[in-house]
Amino acid sequence: MDAAVQSKAKVDIKNLSFYYGASKALKDISLPLLDRKVTAFIGPSGCGKSTLLRVLNRIYELYPRQRAEGEVILDGENILNSGVDINLLRSRVGMVFQKPTPFPMTIYDNIAFGIKLYERMPRSELDGRIESALQRAALWTEVKDKLKDSGLSLSGGQQQRLCIARTVATKPEIILLDEPCSALDPISTAKIEELIDELSAEYTIVIVTHNMQQASRASDYTAFMYLGELVEYGPTEKIFTAPDNKRTEQYITGRFG
Amino acid sequence: MNRSLYAGRKIRNGIFLSLSVFAALFGLVWLALILGDLCYNGFGSINLKLFTEMTPPPASEGGLANAIFGSVVMSGIAVVAGTPIGLLAGTYLAEYGRHSRLAFIVRFINDILLSAPSIVTGLFIYEVVVVTMGHFSGWAGAAALTVIVIPVVVRTTENMLLLVPNGLREAAAALGAPRSDVIRTVTWRAARAGIVTGVLLAIARISGETAPLLFTSLGNQFWSHDLNAPIASLPYVIFEYAMSADEGWHRLAWAGAFLITATVLTLSIVARILESSKRS
Repeated sequence: MDAAVQSKAKVDIKNLSFYYGASKALKDISLPLLDRKVTAFIGPSGCGKSTLLRVLNRIYELYPRQRAEGEVILDGENILNSGVDINLLRSRVGMVFQKPTPFPMTIYDNIAFGIKLYERMPRSELDGRIESALQRAALWTEVKDKLKDSGLSLSGGQQQRLCIARTVATKPEIILLDEPCSALDPISTAKIEELIDELSAEYTIVIVTHNMQQASRASDYTAFMYLGELVEYGPTEKIFTAPDNKRTEQYITGRFG
Repeated sequence: MNRSLYAGRKIRNGIFLSLSVFAALFGLVWLALILGDLCYNGFGSINLKLFTEMTPPPASEGGLANAIFGSVVMSGIAVVAGTPIGLLAGTYLAEYGRHSRLAFIVRFINDILLSAPSIVTGLFIYEVVVVTMGHFSGWAGAAALTVIVIPVVVRTTENMLLLVPNGLREAAAALGAPRSDVIRTVTWRAARAGIVTGVLLAIARISGETAPLLFTSLGNQFWSHDLNAPIASLPYVIFEYAMSADEGWHRLAWAGAFLITATVLTLSIVARILESSKRS
């Protein structure tokens, strides 16, 4: 628990509940997301882990009849307040999705799109930002000679790294990853896990995953959720070796879920 | 296994298959006859004079230049005016309104417009434009065609935007892009081929419309580029000349019909190619 003492919370989720219409998908969730640490949300399908992630950048608001109650304090400000500028919030909290989502434009423009939304800079500087984003996402050597090709021409694993590069390029403070490897082969998965490890030096990262090994390998803290409730939260090592809760232990050892 | 059951199914399958094949062939034969007849009669009448000379008086030589010009100008205005309206309305339906009551009403009205007989559109423009202006005009013809273009573009734009996966919208929004940026730079682009296809189909649709031009642009035997005056158009000339007894007029009508069909066919093929290139 020493790490928890040293690291302060970047985000503090307090008594958060979430509704899809009348059905309650999250029940009174409270947990911190520590600064520059990787937090993993695990749990069986439908437990609410993706829903929780989608509250953190309020992406759920694209759809009608979805609403959140409670508090999500980011650097002292409750992001659920109606006065919060939702676009600025999303520029601070980046997100990578389960399926790779390259935009129908060139590799270069895929990354430039996010940067240009909030910054104006000379072309040479933009080129530099794009190169460094692609390098951070371990994609530069594979695409440096075809930046003008369509983002759709890349393989699935490359597309997902392009999406990570796109997110990193806008310099967010937090990166949300929603099962980023579930559509990828083991080699691409290993590359992305490596990437998460490197990014955690600078960013607060939250990853939703179905893969126990991935959670144990890639995260510092783990939250186990079940039926919309937070069952247990703690350092990953403890959750995976000596969980307090019986259900956590059963899930981790593969006996249910 | 029950052999008689299987044999019975095989027979029923045979009957069903032959009925389907017969129905398909029956439809195709008529289409082939129409096209064949059109090519036989129309292709021979295609020559340079068609594009350089005006529609002639009876029993003399001439071309279709003024009618081609009128058709191109009125269709062009209709597309230029109708496309932005249709595009924006379709975007509203797919991106902003989607489940709202207003969207529901707009969609319903659009469906009615889409299937409204075009002669009704012509009468409406006659009442609103021709009667108000006091005379037939190219503007009135273009307005009638615009009213036909809009619902086609609205419908295809909405459908094509709905095919864009929500994941793409979420991904763009997650970067902090406001709704209008998401639409303009991501979803429109993703649906571009489909939207262009819709516009091409709208052009194909209006290029053969006669009814809405009958009481709007009327016709004009001479060259006119004055949109405030009656203007010639291909469908109108075909209608007029095909009903006459003059042999030369008949040939011109065939040539006009051939021109329109060739244009529509080309547009449809281009639309198909665009659509399939989007899928791959």
